[in-house]
Amino acid sequence: MAKLKVALYWAASCGGCEIAQLAIGDKLLKLAEAADIVFWPVAIDAKYKDVEAMPDKSIDACLFNGAIRNSEQEHMAKMLREKSKIMIAYGSCAYEGCIPGLANLFNRQMIFERVYIETQSTDNKNNILPQTSCQVPEGELTLPEFYDTVKTLRQTVDVDYVIPGCPPEEKTTWLALEALIEGKLPPKGTVISHNAKAVCDDCPLKRDVKKIKKIYRNFNIIPEPEICLLEQGLLCQGIATRGGCGAPCPQANMPCTGCYGPVEGVIDQGAHFLSALASVIDSNDPEEIQRIIDDIPDPVGSFYRYSLPDSLLRGAIIR
Amino acid sequence: MEGEVKIGVYICNCGTNIAGTVDVKEVAKLAGGLPSVVIAKDYMYMCSDPGQNMIKEDIKQLGLNRIVVASCSPMLHEHTFRQAVQDAGLNPYLFEMANIREHCSWITEDPKLATEKAKALVSAAVRRVYYQEPLEVREVPVTPSILVVGGGIAGIQAALEVANAGHKAYLVERESSIGGHMAQFDKTFPTLDCASCIFTPLLSTVGQHPNIELMTYSEVEEISGYIGNFQAKIRKKARYVDEDKCNGCLVCVEKCPWKAVSEFDEGLSQRKAIYTPFAQAVPNVPVIDTEHCVYFLKGTCRACERFCDLKAIDFEQPDKEVEVAVGAIIVATGYDAFDPSAITNYGYGRYDNVFTALQFERMCNASGPTGGKIVLKDGSEPKNIAIIHCVGSRDKNYHEYCSRVCCMYSLKYSHLIKEKIENAEVYQFYIDMRCFGKGYEEFYERLSNEEVKFIRGKASEVTDRARTEEEQGKLVVVAEDSLMSALIRVPVDMVILSTALEARSDAAAVARLFNISRSADGFFLERHPKLDPVATTTDGIFIVGCAQGPKDIPDTVAQASAAAARVLAMISQGKVEIEAATAVIDEELCSGCKICNLLCPYSAITFDEEKKVSRVNEVLCKACGVCVAACPSAAITGKHFTTEQIMAEIEGVLA
Ligand SMILES: Cc1cc2nc3c(=O)[nH]c(=O)nc-3n(C[C@H](O)[C@H](O)[C@H](O)COP(=O)(O)OP(=O)(O)OC[C@H]3O[C@@H](n4cnc5c(N)ncnc54)[C@H](O)[C@@H]3O)c2cc1C
Ligand code: SF4
Ligand code: SF4
Repeated sequence: MAKLKVALYWAASCGGCEIAQLAIGDKLLKLAEAADIVFWPVAIDAKYKDVEAMPDKSIDACLFNGAIRNSEQEHMAKMLREKSKIMIAYGSCAYEGCIPGLANLFNRQMIFERVYIETQSTDNKNNILPQTSCQVPEGELTLPEFYDTVKTLRQTVDVDYVIPGCPPEEKTTWLALEALIEGKLPPKGTVISHNAKAVCDDCPLKRDVKKIKKIYRNFNIIPEPEICLLEQGLLCQGIATRGGCGAPCPQANMPCTGCYGPVEGVIDQGAHFLSALASVIDSNDPEEIQRIIDDIPDPVGSFYRYSLPDSLLRGAIIR
Repeated sequence: MEGEVKIGVYICNCGTNIAGTVDVKEVAKLAGGLPSVVIAKDYMYMCSDPGQNMIKEDIKQLGLNRIVVASCSPMLHEHTFRQAVQDAGLNPYLFEMANIREHCSWITEDPKLATEKAKALVSAAVRRVYYQEPLEVREVPVTPSILVVGGGIAGIQAALEVANAGHKAYLVERESSIGGHMAQFDKTFPTLDCASCIFTPLLSTVGQHPNIELMTYSEVEEISGYIGNFQAKIRKKARYVDEDKCNGCLVCVEKCPWKAVSEFDEGLSQRKAIYTPFAQAVPNVPVIDTEHCVYFLKGTCRACERFCDLKAIDFEQPDKEVEVAVGAIIVATGYDAFDPSAITNYGYGRYDNVFTALQFERMCNASGPTGGKIVLKDGSEPKNIAIIHCVGSRDKNYHEYCSRVCCMYSLKYSHLIKEKIENAEVYQFYIDMRCFGKGYEEFYERLSNEEVKFIRGKASEVTDRARTEEEQGKLVVVAEDSLMSALIRVPVDMVILSTALEARSDAAAVARLFNISRSADGFFLERHPKLDPVATTTDGIFIVGCAQGPKDIPDTVAQASAAAARVLAMISQGKVEIEAATAVIDEELCSGCKICNLLCPYSAITFDEEKKVSRVNEVLCKACGVCVAACPSAAITGKHFTTEQIMAEIEGVLA
């Protein structure tokens, strides 16, 4: 059998996905046996023009991580889509927008002003903001266009599969790669992970009565071992998050923050978590309820940490 | 989904109700162009026989398998059209209704806006109905018995109706005797018949009725189940007197040396620590008030025990828990009288001779604290009396509503005063005289001829600060006589405050217990103000009497009988249909997070420990949707309200 051709790319992301890809360890050798890596900016020197020169659909699979924040990323996403038979959104940024997507609470101008003018460590007397084009004695300098909103890969190009996680667990990555190598990929559109149910299904902590009287932040409380963290008042989002990760966070006393995205069939993970949480706040007194929920420090950042661009609202509406 | 979807859309004109504002032809035209719509037309009255027949015919002729009717509120005619669809052989859940009357034509005069909205609603209904699926209507047997909560005239009437029809009625009353407010009255308007003459026989009938199980000094603690099959947990508080042994001789009461203020006499007299509230109490078994019994307070006395030959006194008696199974529940918990000390201007509590209506009611009663004599605090007879209407009613600061009976009982008092005190002067300070019932206007006419002085104007103050000789030692009612546009001061000996009827102070808790709603005024909310005034939004639970809103005795009795008729109809059917649109949990998606477990108000959700998934018992599920909204995995689907259907509906509105 001819070797597969695989490309890996990064857009608006932190680099963690690359580490996660490397984290599959000796399985990398298996990958190398079955596939040639034709493009991987983090590890292999290749230029855009090399990709441009590849015939359409000549890459078997592209693992694309990162969200679409600017015109360059959009351009690359579209180009790689053309060149690849299978487009895989790898990791939460490509899948749902993730941390870069939280910038959708602001627009370009607000972000520029904050980053290039207002922050304490900035010294920008002339208030210079990035421009897509700028004339200098040597000629024209250009930069990609920074968009108003962050988009997911699926909002930009047609995507065949998703590998969830921030970053994906090693076993999830390998589940997808193995299926690719063995030609046993699931139906198009599948979010590949070991469990379609929520993290609770993976989680060994004991669940009993869900009634929440007080909400704690991680540093406020040393949780009882072996008891569901949500029942102890920590905002564990395992209930609303796709499993398959094996629930490592709750087992280390850290509440799930939701990185594997919504459970199969759920539209809007944050809304589902919020609705579930609201249902189990243990009070009928409006004032007490207000006091309880006032302890949630950053609702959007907590409930939509990974999924704001992919949610029903997609971000804040700025007028 | 079976075969090709063929949708029929019918736009009702509702005479000119809809067609006068909405361009029905245009709406039908839009509907005709929507995907899967085979036929779309408008018709004068869709709910009429020819209208319904048109649907039935089209189902047969054109093979329609989904129907949309755009007309009035589903509250009104959903049932009608579901039935029509079913008659034509289609599952009733393949029908959808768009409300283009209450939601469109009746809320704007702008034909363009109304038509646009009607189009949006129709397009939503069409898109939604596409995804609707047939559901099975289920029937469950009805337990042929009833729980009545509250033993005032309302509860008594309801219990008697059901019991007389041969079915078991459990009547639960919080106080130690049934009777409620009516037992306190002397005469009742407008006929002025003696309240105890008509009421006492009813009380004793209830006490002796073979089909009525009376539980006084008791309260309902928990309700579970659903229409046709409720379970009620009732706590029978210890009265420290054995009901089975006591023969009602009341020697214990006579011998008890300790006294407390009589609630029944509205504080105008004293009763013993062991007591029955009034002479004709049913059951005629006393209770010990542990807050005033010196044995309970200090551990000595037991006089009652010593004198009771039948050994009926039992200081060790525990509270008892009773569980009963019933098919329906009638809530008849009545009203509280407004406490006028809130309105400090009227001096209630400050001046000895300012009384509430209920106090005056007791004073007039022949077996009341004064033996029926109208007297001032010092025992002398008042010569002039002012009655102030609307105390706490029709007043933005207290209750905006009219209490409906105060004008009439105030008139009743004028008559009683005139009857009992020769040459007495009676002043009625009223805002409007509201004498709307049968025989009420005539009663007013009659009183007008009895030389009662009617002063139109709200009293602003009652004061004892005299300005003239004549006012010395009197209570002065200050008011604006709005007919003469003059400020007047009327010196009197006695003031009666016609206090409002208000929702019971524990109405919120009772509403929660029975899972019923309350309207803004605090009273329990009926299912429909005109078409379903005794039912509630919880099937099988009814509200009657003043628990639903202020009303007089005739209306109370009528409501109680109406609710009883509804219950009897249920019992004689033997079964009730229950909601088909239940919730189901997809075990393939349920993670066993247990979020839903405690949420179900009907305890329909259980957890399967072995498979680690939650499950809905479809017989118990009432399709409220609480769990559906809560499940963070979207593992729970509310049938007939699936995500697909709701999204299609939203897209239809936005299209
Ligand atoms: C001063 C005054 C004079 C009136 N005069 C007349 C008149 O002359 N003619 C006329 O037609 N109407 C008159 N009315 C109106 C009349 O009082 C009412 O129409 C009637 O009493 C309503 O009966 P009900 O059974 O709904 O309520 P209620 O009489 O209030 O009875 C309710 C019963 O329920 C019990 N209860 C309450 N909560 C619970 C609970 N949680 N569990 C168990 N039991 C409970 C109470 O103890 C009470 O026994 C008058 C009203 C007032 C205030
Ligand atoms: S809320 Fe949903 S996932 Fe959680 S136990 Fe209930 S059905 Fe299962
Ligand atoms: S929809 Fe859910 S919460 Fe509501 S009655 Fe049914 S099972 Fe209970």
